[in-house]
Amino acid sequence: MIKFENVSITFNTKKATVNAVRNVSFEVNKGDIFGIVGTSGAGKSTLLRTVNLLEKPCSGKVNVDGVDITVLDKQSLRKARQKIGMIFQHYNLIHTKAVYENVSLPMKISGKSTKEISKRVPDLLEIVGLSDKAHIYPGQLSGGQKQRVGIARALANESQLLLCDEPTSALDLETTKSILDLIHDINKKYGITVLLISHEMDVIKSICSRVAVMSEGEVVELNDVYSLFSNPQHEITKQLVRHSLNMKIPEGILGDIEGKLVRVLYRGTSALNPILSNAIRKYPVDMNILHGRIEYINNQPMGVLLVNINGENNDVVNLIHYLKENTATAEVIHD
Amino acid sequence: MIDQILNLMPELGKAFWETFQMVGISLSLALLLGVPIGLLLFITDKGLFWENKIFNTAGGVLVNTIRSIPFVILLVILLPVTQMIVKTTIGPLAASVSLSVAAIVFYARLAEASLREVDKGVIEAAAAMGASIPQIITQVLLVEALPGLIRGFTVTTISLIGYSAMAGIVGGGGVGDLAIRFGYYRYQMDVMVVTVAVLIVLVQIVQSIGDYTAQRADKA
Ligand SMILES: Nc1ncnc2c1ncn2[C@@H]1O[C@H](COP(=O)(O)OP(=O)(O)O)[C@@H](O)[C@H]1O
Ligand SMILES: [Mg+2]
Repeated sequence: MIKFENVSITFNTKKATVNAVRNVSFEVNKGDIFGIVGTSGAGKSTLLRTVNLLEKPCSGKVNVDGVDITVLDKQSLRKARQKIGMIFQHYNLIHTKAVYENVSLPMKISGKSTKEISKRVPDLLEIVGLSDKAHIYPGQLSGGQKQRVGIARALANESQLLLCDEPTSALDLETTKSILDLIHDINKKYGITVLLISHEMDVIKSICSRVAVMSEGEVVELNDVYSLFSNPQHEITKQLVRHSLNMKIPEGILGDIEGKLVRVLYRGTSALNPILSNAIRKYPVDMNILHGRIEYINNQPMGVLLVNINGENNDVVNLIHYLKENTATAEVIHD
Repeated sequence: MIDQILNLMPELGKAFWETFQMVGISLSLALLLGVPIGLLLFITDKGLFWENKIFNTAGGVLVNTIRSIPFVILLVILLPVTQMIVKTTIGPLAASVSLSVAAIVFYARLAEASLREVDKGVIEAAAAMGASIPQIITQVLLVEALPGLIRGFTVTTISLIGYSAMAGIVGGGGVGDLAIRFGYYRYQMDVMVVTVAVLIVLVQIVQSIGDYTAQRADKA
């Protein structure tokens, strides 16, 4: 659906030259929910905005549904944009217009008749659960409701592609979940391809199937979400995953711990028991579970465990080696 | 006192009619030309769709220059132009020429300021929908700026009532002229008082209507 080919964008400002996007190439498959994650300033928004050419690449191509969007003339570009929905962190609704008019704006722009509009808008409001809010103004809506209006608006012209620029970053946890669920439902029901960016791994984890990690303008890692979580390669990815798993042991307790602290990730829910018992049987060490839970990533369970291992140095090293071989990852996080 | 005021009624009526003409003409032109000029100043600015540094700077300087000339002086400077357009320099129609120039640039700046208040994200959202520049202007920019445009129009109207009184000094007629003739040259303070009172009421009414309309337009 989308194919980035060697896309680079450089901003020249008075103060400095910023290489916001550096030589990025990857593909987003039709029907996928594809995530781009990275810290603030990594170049995520800039890259996303090349898909509807709000940002023009300095070099490289962006193919959308087989068409290189960077070489279109004005008229064709406008036509192409009408088929690409976009939602924003701050919703970007027209404050002086009611929900109904906000949602119908893209249809008016693409020249749809009033009749078509009055037929489609109620359906759109139904999809996002705002049927009773048609004549309310955005100022009277909550953040989550505003984003729902944004989503309805983005779907108005029956877009096949939905671009989401930090759609939940201004929302609380509960609302974030409901908006992500809505995006997920829309993707499943209508097969709309979603390209979503976020600085939060949690958001990516809860709806994306594949993800690219960006850092300083580059894509440093790309994988399906489950593999990325269970086996992060790049330092940035490891950081983001660690942050998301949030298995912190309080400093005070950490100081009292003797031996090593190991974080074990394993696939599935029950695969770990035999491994742990085998491990202890093989190597005479003390093992103590400090923290554990099951994460669901892309609807697949992944277990996360913090274990404290204490014993003869040799045995401990061997045991960790055994864990590394038999689980997704086993990482010493405290000596 | 009452008698005197009653005697004055025809004069007062005529004066207000003249003021009404001057303000009406210049306000109409301010609306007709001030909004497009404000719009041009806005969209030729950095980062907007008709970005044009030369035009923007030149336009800005011209508007600022006219705005910084005290109105009475502008009135005198424009006398030849007035003569050319209306063939006289006396009367409300003649005064309307310089009043209009002042009103247009005054409102252009206020219009530009309210356009600038429009959230850039909303403009971007429209661009992302595939809107053309005229569509963005008519369906998003002007719509979002409407409350501000109305407030600016109210301020312009009130300022113009004041300016039109000054126009009276150089033979424009209207309430300013009345106040000068009776109050200043003939020391009829009662005429002054009545005139000022009516002006205060008039300004209040304009302000209230303006506030109400702007509030209706502003759904935030
Ligand atoms: N229009 C612009 N002009 C100059 N620099 C920009 C512009 N847009 C983005 N940048 C810079 O490019 C980098 C990437 O920005 P962005 O894509 O917004 O990052 P992210 O969305 O990952 O937080 C940042 O350093 C930002 O300051
Ligand atoms: Mg961003």
